[in-house]
Amino acid sequence: MPPNASPGLWTLAWRRLKRDRVGMISLAVVVAYLCMVFLAFGGWIAKDWTREVGVNYAPPVFLPDDQDPTAVALVKPVAQPDQVDLYGLQDPLARQLAQIRAHDPVGAQQPIVARRLTLPLGGDKWGHDVLTKVIKGSETSILVGLVAAILATALGTLMGALAGYFGRWVDDSFNWLYGVFTAIPYLLLIFAIAAVLQQKGVSTIILILGLTGWTGVFRLVRAEYLKHKSREYVLAAGAMGASHARRMFIHILPNTSHVILVQLSQNVVGFIKSEVILSFLGFGVPVDVVSWGSMLNEAQNELILGKWWQLAAAGTAMAILVTAFSLLTDALRDALDPKLKY
Amino acid sequence: MNLGAFLIRRLWQMVPTMLGVVLLVFFLFNWVGGDPAYILAGKMANPADIANIRHQLGIDRPLWEQLLIFVRQIVTGDFGNSWATQEPVSAIFRSRLGPSLMLLIPMMLLETATAVAVALAVAAWRGSTLDRALMAASTVMMSISLLVYIIVGQYVFAYLLGWFPVKGWSDDFWRNLTTYAVLPVLLGLMVSIAPSVRLYRTFVLDEIGQDYVRTARAKGLSEVRVLLVHVLRNAAIPIVTNVLMGLPALLTGAFLLERFFAIPGIGREIILAVERSDFPIIKAATVYVAMATMLANLLGDLLYHWLDPRVHLE
Repeated sequence: MPPNASPGLWTLAWRRLKRDRVGMISLAVVVAYLCMVFLAFGGWIAKDWTREVGVNYAPPVFLPDDQDPTAVALVKPVAQPDQVDLYGLQDPLARQLAQIRAHDPVGAQQPIVARRLTLPLGGDKWGHDVLTKVIKGSETSILVGLVAAILATALGTLMGALAGYFGRWVDDSFNWLYGVFTAIPYLLLIFAIAAVLQQKGVSTIILILGLTGWTGVFRLVRAEYLKHKSREYVLAAGAMGASHARRMFIHILPNTSHVILVQLSQNVVGFIKSEVILSFLGFGVPVDVVSWGSMLNEAQNELILGKWWQLAAAGTAMAILVTAFSLLTDALRDALDPKLKY
Repeated sequence: MNLGAFLIRRLWQMVPTMLGVVLLVFFLFNWVGGDPAYILAGKMANPADIANIRHQLGIDRPLWEQLLIFVRQIVTGDFGNSWATQEPVSAIFRSRLGPSLMLLIPMMLLETATAVAVALAVAAWRGSTLDRALMAASTVMMSISLLVYIIVGQYVFAYLLGWFPVKGWSDDFWRNLTTYAVLPVLLGLMVSIAPSVRLYRTFVLDEIGQDYVRTARAKGLSEVRVLLVHVLRNAAIPIVTNVLMGLPALLTGAFLLERFFAIPGIGREIILAVERSDFPIIKAATVYVAMATMLANLLGDLLYHWLDPRVHLE
């Protein structure tokens, strides 16, 4: 870079962000989470969260307990069912069950496995390790939040750009759509779509959140385009023969990128919260996928039995990320504020 | 512009939006959702049953006729019967509205009053340790999932300490208000108060720096009078807008609270309906809640004008 070139927006913003101690710490936390998600997604960590490594409801190691932390219990994986009192009735399936057992005595003959009595952050109902579970759950929740936010932001940016740039009837129709989507309370709209779609899956939630969450981005990007489209640099680009698309996405878009970035980061937090609520209610991730919401759902019943560790693990993991992400959003907003010159 | 003309114009402007909402809901349920006859007929359906149900629902007719049926349902308020319980949808909503309001209204009033009081207090001592401690606390409070608040609150205050019933509802108004609604309302307050305090604090701080405040102080008015009469009157304008705009968010909290505490309100009914694929209820709820939200926004504009005569209704 020549010595007298003035630094660009991003260089300036990065310099301002570096001075913001809270912002840098939250950035570090967010990056750490993202690394964890990346590692979990690639299958390097927490791949075998479905393995039942501990006894049922194994307490965390740090709880005061006279047991040796490496102690194991010998558990038969599929025990014969206990004798059930049938109140004098004959079990209608007794003959079939006896046949099945005679044919397939696997349940009785499986090797006895060693299960740990304590786990780093405790175990759940089936003896899954809560630590690996919370890592896997973070992966699901953060991925859903990130991808849905990218989708919603892209959609909102595109619509906002078209509405703000072309104005007139294009603007009117997009504004109408905006009015319709904001008239229905957000959660109700999500519920309605979840009810209609009938199929659960990570991609379904991403789609639901992405297709409903574009409104905030749309409003701000539209306002930016309204402001920029009559600026001199855009008029000059038009005079040089730049097409509409080129003016919109090559010339104006970089000048609105700070708004978009802040909105993206805000959406990630919002969507993670929505995913957690949806999965908690059972409308989100399917049963074979773990997310913070499904963990909280299980934890609700565990708490009554006094097993608080899954609730604490999922709740804390989420609280730390959301705090860091919100603080980072604030720091980004300050750092990217074009009114600040230094 | 006078009030009547303003009202008529605003209501008229709502028509296209409302039409959009109707179209969106119609599109969702009649096009995206596939054939509801298969849901209704159950797992062992034969073609004759399916054809019969399709005829009863009117989905064997052309799309525009189905849309007309839907519009007629909205206008008359007759959405037929619930698919799950065969109870008329209108009866369900009538009986579920009361409990929902009993949760929502105290929550809204208490939240606004507490948040304004705390915001005024922290703004009066801005920059102090109290201010910074409360702001840091509210940042942390905001980041904890509302599910965690509800789960832990219900466990600690109702199950462990036994101060409140764990869940339930009765037929008696006072008993509901003083026994069953208390813990849900307090938990709802916990969830929604932190963001409100942060926001209202900035509103109050915006006003505190104004010239009229300095003048009021220079006249020798007490700090209490300056804050409660002069500052609050002006800060109330954005606050009122915000309370009404925050209504959908409050609704979210109320939905979950109703479910956790087994309160027979609209939110619990909607969640149940989603679980059971009970489309008539979801459709009716979406359309009517959207309508209520728009009316609440209009009310906000009117209140805005009443609070600030400088604002012209246009």
